[in-house]
Amino acid sequence: MSFVYEKLFGDKKGLIGFCILAALILVVFPVMLDSFRLNLVGKYLTYAFAAVSLVLLWGYGGTLSLGQGIFFGIGGYAMAMFLKLEASSPENTAIQSTPGIPDFMDWNQITELPLFWMPFHSFTFTLFAVLVVPTIFAYIIGAAMFKRRVGGVYFAIITQVVSVILTVLIVGQQGLTGGINGITDLRTLNGWDITSDSAKNLFYFINCFLLLAVIIASRFILTSKFGRLLLAMRDKEDRVRFSGYDVANFKIFIFSFAAMISAIGGAMFTLQVGFMSPSFVGIVPSIEMVIFAAIGGRMSLIGAVYGTLLINFGKTAFSESFPELWLFLMGGLFIAVVMFFPNGLAGLWEDYGHHITKRFGFINKFFDKSKNTADSVELEGANS
Amino acid sequence: MGGYSYDELGAIFAMQGFAGISLFSVLLLMALGLAIIFGQMGVINMAHGEFMAAGAYTTYLISSLTETYIPAFMPYYFVFSIAAAFLVAGTLGYLAEFILIRHLYKRPLDTLLATWGLSLIMQQSYRSIFGAREVSPTLPEWLMGSVKPTEMIDIPINGMFVLGLTIFTTLAVFYLMFKSSWGLRVRATTQNRVMAGAVGINTKKIDRYTFALGCGIAGMAGAAFTTIASTGPTTGTLYIVDTFMVVVFGGAASLFGTIASAFSIAQAQSILEFFISGSMAKVFTLLTLVIILMFKPEGLFASKVRR
Amino acid sequence: MNMSTNTDFTLAIEDLTVSFDGFKAVDSLNFYLDRNELHVVIGPNGAGKTTVLDLICGKTKSTSGSIKFLNKELTNLSEHEIVRAGVGRKFQTPSIYENLSVMENLEISYPKGRGVFGSLMFKHDAVVRDKIMEVAKQIMLEKFLHTEAGLLSHGQKQWLEIGMLLIQDPQLLMLDEPVAGMSVKEREQTAELLNKISAGRSVLVIEHDMEFVARIAHKVTVLHQGKILAAGEMKDVQKDPKVIEVYLGH
Repeated sequence: MSFVYEKLFGDKKGLIGFCILAALILVVFPVMLDSFRLNLVGKYLTYAFAAVSLVLLWGYGGTLSLGQGIFFGIGGYAMAMFLKLEASSPENTAIQSTPGIPDFMDWNQITELPLFWMPFHSFTFTLFAVLVVPTIFAYIIGAAMFKRRVGGVYFAIITQVVSVILTVLIVGQQGLTGGINGITDLRTLNGWDITSDSAKNLFYFINCFLLLAVIIASRFILTSKFGRLLLAMRDKEDRVRFSGYDVANFKIFIFSFAAMISAIGGAMFTLQVGFMSPSFVGIVPSIEMVIFAAIGGRMSLIGAVYGTLLINFGKTAFSESFPELWLFLMGGLFIAVVMFFPNGLAGLWEDYGHHITKRFGFINKFFDKSKNTADSVELEGANS
Repeated sequence: MGGYSYDELGAIFAMQGFAGISLFSVLLLMALGLAIIFGQMGVINMAHGEFMAAGAYTTYLISSLTETYIPAFMPYYFVFSIAAAFLVAGTLGYLAEFILIRHLYKRPLDTLLATWGLSLIMQQSYRSIFGAREVSPTLPEWLMGSVKPTEMIDIPINGMFVLGLTIFTTLAVFYLMFKSSWGLRVRATTQNRVMAGAVGINTKKIDRYTFALGCGIAGMAGAAFTTIASTGPTTGTLYIVDTFMVVVFGGAASLFGTIASAFSIAQAQSILEFFISGSMAKVFTLLTLVIILMFKPEGLFASKVRR
Repeated sequence: MNMSTNTDFTLAIEDLTVSFDGFKAVDSLNFYLDRNELHVVIGPNGAGKTTVLDLICGKTKSTSGSIKFLNKELTNLSEHEIVRAGVGRKFQTPSIYENLSVMENLEISYPKGRGVFGSLMFKHDAVVRDKIMEVAKQIMLEKFLHTEAGLLSHGQKQWLEIGMLLIQDPQLLMLDEPVAGMSVKEREQTAELLNKISAGRSVLVIEHDMEFVARIAHKVTVLHQGKILAAGEMKDVQKDPKVIEVYLGH
């Protein structure tokens, strides 16, 4: 049982935090919200995949990526391509000059399905593409950068430029990719209507389970020696090298893993929202993913999820009533997080949360033992 | 090649080359400012584009005011507004450094994020003050029109003006950085902050003025920019990625590198644009840059620094 | 010395040169280190002592020359490969993981699970725990296993770093000014520690504190301007007029 606690959830505190989150997204939201709003939450939870990936990569690993949108987009587009092909069956597209191909291709006078679209007729291949293509892409970028010891600001800018390259490419090649409007009008998945409420509900739960699974997998990484190495590399990369580790390999791995996670989010986005466009690939969405992690807590997997939900709820709420105020608020939040609470809300909770939980005495028994190492030194000392 | 005669090809290269020169000028001005800030202080200013926009908006403001109140001054206001753009952007930069940046010098990644926040705030301010629609100053007569050295080559005057301004600014920066005592102090601070402080250089003030200078130059880029296109709240974001690439590609610490880098990138893109579509030209240029950077991460024109 | 039989030496440096833009920090250096030898390198500041360590452990690339460790050429290996070959380096300023506990610092240095998947699957079992405890006792930090390393005293941080090297069981241990900033008592303890751990391996130390050097050194080499000025037993070197001229030992 201790294996379960430690390796998969962190410790008692981690387990409680996880259960609360799971209860919130699996029970509370579905019960309290109507279908429309639940779908919105589902959408936000897909962004959370990218935020969680940044906790691993940036919070623990110290490598800032301003291009997680790249991988979110690759996953999303792969799924969209599959769904679009299905929606573009010869019967559905009978009125086009060339039936059997997506509508935007027809509008651009394309008469034949491009080669790279063809494998997406298969659902298995699509799943493979969602998981493997972004990972390989990240591996290539990571290997090229990290083996040459490029990091920090340079790496961040290059990820940003790659996201721009991808965006411009997608927008420019509208015959092949749907251009700036993206791939829309998706209808069925293997014959089953994805626009229905019941389908969206099912996708919501699948999304939640996948997210929780990702959190567990990430926790496993963080509680292993790898996790401690991430922290060590973040603070003293050279020393880690001189302890016998090939630092580049670790960075490449975590970057590729982060890419895969983000791609899963992208694919779930397409399924739940019914379209994918380049507006989720470029500079702005990528940096928003960073802010989700920063506000929620860049060192907290669960905090990142809450950060994502909070910011997105806020954006929706403010956009309706005070749209001008929202950008000021976002800008201010960026600055405030960096200057005053770098560990986000999770960090604030760690530092000050006990003021609240103090009132509920019985909870303290859970939190006492796992609090400060200073305390436990005294306990150890007393026992040994 | 492509069905054009040599004469025509020559003219195309000349004109695309010159279109590239305008782009080059704006890029170089922006990159100069950013290179000074990044190269000297290791700070990445994601709001750099917004300082450029500040200069552009200042020019627009002065244009409107002159038009309304002192119409006789119209032919002269533009040069005056370039100086004003420098001062306004520079002052904003000074304030930004004082309030925000100076707390974050040891944390470059966090500076990146904080300045992005600043850029959001600035963009929204522009939207609130000037509106979401794009605006343009009324350009004076002498900037309009073009010069035709040959039948087929048509060189716009505003392009030449911007180029002239860029050359002047680059020389001024070079003089300032390498020939003046202030520049010496800045370089000393960059190379060895502790020692510089020990010999009595007020490193904090140097940082503040350096940042302000970088932003001021961006403001001038903004003023120059108004001769090419109109200005909106998000204009700053148009060139920021290209500017970063120029700086990173050129090797941030090298003035010559920045110039060479801006020139090659602008030219490559313009000339390519004629033969393949605009978007593919950009993709191709950026992709080449990224690949080159993967082999030479310190930039193509970087000077050797002992690790 | 028969140059071809350098299989006897733990470390064989031959004709090593490194120049930075024309300045030769290390100039055609020849140096040999035996098994079970504790060798101290001394010399005025800027003599190139730290640079030699940098070259051996791969932090700096040499311009020419060879460094053979147990007959393995080190000059074309990367830093982590050199470490895995059995070379441990302690830096001048304590280079430890400040945000991790002493136990975690030692665990990271434990020579198993150094690959990506190895570290994911690494089991912190009894074997590991015992080894960590053993080393912690050697470096006098067994009561501080769960203390955050950043909270240790300067001397303790130095010991921790030595411990992080010990746990890798290196054949060559290189220490750059191990007692800098330590109290008198701590220096005594460190001298004892070094004398104990030099059994069974080669130790190369850079130091300035002559009393400390006298306590531990088997042999001493004086470096000056990237070249060897004098070498031999401590008492002979201290009397050497060249040394006295260049480096007024205290």
